[in-house]
Amino acid sequence: MTVLALSGVSKHFGAIQALSDVSLTLRSGEVVGLMGDNGAGKSTLVKIVAGNYPPSSGEMTIEGRNVHFSGPADARSAGIEIVYQDLALCDNLTAAANVYLGRELTKRMGPLRLLNYKAMYDRAGELFAELKSETRPRDLVRRMSGGQRQAVAIARTRLSEPKIVLMDEPTAAISVRQVAEVLNLIRRLRDHGISVVLISHRMPDVFSVCDRIVVLRRGTKVADKAVEQSSPEEVTALITGAIETA
Amino acid sequence: MAREEVGMVTSLEDAISRQTHGHPLSWLTSRQTFWVFLAAVIACVTLSLVTDTFATERNLFNVTRNFAFVGIVALGMTAVIIIGGIDLSVGSVVVLSAMVTGMTMAAGYPIYLAVPLALAASLAVGLFNGVMVAFLKVPPFVVTLGVLSVARSLAMVLSDNKMVYQFGPDHQALLTLGGGSTLGIPHPVYFLVVLALGTGYFFRWTRWGRHIFAIGGNEQAATLTGIPVRSVKISVYMFASLMAGITGVLEVGWLGGVTTNLGQSMELSVIAAAVIGGANLAGGIGTAFGAVVGAALIEVIRNSLILLGISTFWQGTFVGSFIIIAVLFDRLRVSRAND
Repeated sequence: MTVLALSGVSKHFGAIQALSDVSLTLRSGEVVGLMGDNGAGKSTLVKIVAGNYPPSSGEMTIEGRNVHFSGPADARSAGIEIVYQDLALCDNLTAAANVYLGRELTKRMGPLRLLNYKAMYDRAGELFAELKSETRPRDLVRRMSGGQRQAVAIARTRLSEPKIVLMDEPTAAISVRQVAEVLNLIRRLRDHGISVVLISHRMPDVFSVCDRIVVLRRGTKVADKAVEQSSPEEVTALITGAIETA
Repeated sequence: MAREEVGMVTSLEDAISRQTHGHPLSWLTSRQTFWVFLAAVIACVTLSLVTDTFATERNLFNVTRNFAFVGIVALGMTAVIIIGGIDLSVGSVVVLSAMVTGMTMAAGYPIYLAVPLALAASLAVGLFNGVMVAFLKVPPFVVTLGVLSVARSLAMVLSDNKMVYQFGPDHQALLTLGGGSTLGIPHPVYFLVVLALGTGYFFRWTRWGRHIFAIGGNEQAATLTGIPVRSVKISVYMFASLMAGITGVLEVGWLGGVTTNLGQSMELSVIAAAVIGGANLAGGIGTAFGAVVGAALIEVIRNSLILLGISTFWQGTFVGSFIIIAVLFDRLRVSRAND
């Protein structure tokens, strides 16, 4: 089933054409690697899907319905969650507090509305267990490894039962062992039927976890094919422009 | 894959209940507030033994009352420091609030009109600070330094720089409010206790409290996760000004008169109290209890200087050094943790 479909999406900032006529579909439970050099239009595309800015032209549908986002909140309520490159975590708070940041659970006690620590610890613990991460809900994020921090950021996206998770360079700045951990987290999301768009520069990561690879160059889509039918060499050539399209 | 198995073996409840700090004692000793509390207790015991003037009822009465004023303002300052800001205008808000109270009552209006008016004036100052910081992105140091000058100047304009000591029909009520005592405990201490408990509740048990810690920890993350960062910031500056305003009202009652030098350089003691109490000037860390304990330690030391016959001129040296030493300790701790 197609979760997300972009058709003929273009975006220009004044005279600069950031994206031209990009069409893309994303099926449920599919992991798509979005690749391209700096300035190829990856982040513009992601920001359009995330509701940060509207496309100049073209259409976007989610589960067959036309959508127009006027802000990130709209995208979130349509079932799109984002894991930001810097993860957007607060080091001084616990894992559970970070998972629930901005969406804290409260309970009523007489006239007071108290934070519901227990419910948040419990649910965060369940989410970490689902992700098979060792992260503990009461630990401060400051003391966590890169992989555990990723688990916190990813667990956050699972709170709202999203349809699509966009991940911006999740493996850019962490150790090799932690990369394996993050790739496992991505597989876990897929197993729950969530579609993932993985933006990455790291060829091995993309080839080990993605079902399909989309390559952008200078704002146009130059390739969109299953990983089995491609190779790191071909993708590198597509990114740099050594091959025009594939 | 071995890593996964480890994750499976640990049961869920086990993972949830496990704490970062194992033993309660090691948790306690890792808290700056604990050591400051200990220091204050030791200082009190030593002073009681060394001098025969410290442990007198009269002196303790004065110490607790004085520390209540610094403590109440430090509660608000702690909130501002938690969001990574600073409020230098609190001393001037104290005098503005005191002067509004004094002038209104001197003009013959009742206390129940004067006090809300004073608090409204304080909140207006906080609103201004907050809007400048949150919306116009002016550094809090600059905004509140400017307001430090403006608010005191307004108090001077209001009173024509004269002392106010006649408070109209409710004169006695005002003096009782700030200067009286019940069951041997001065009224400002009751205010401190109630406000500290309230602040502690807000910090720990409300979404607002969670949000101020998030803003201090990573403002960008707070924005991205949908926390209304700007309105939270404004509310924090208004909270700090409200605490200063309450202190202003109480201080008029205690002193029985207002002059425009009230609260001068109070911001320094207040910041020192908050920082000594564990608030981190880099943001994200602080407690209401810490602010109270910090204020207590400062007041005990200040009092001991007087009792030990050391010139009061030295007080500024001590308070200033305290801020630097407290921040220095924090630096050392951070660099040790990073090793």
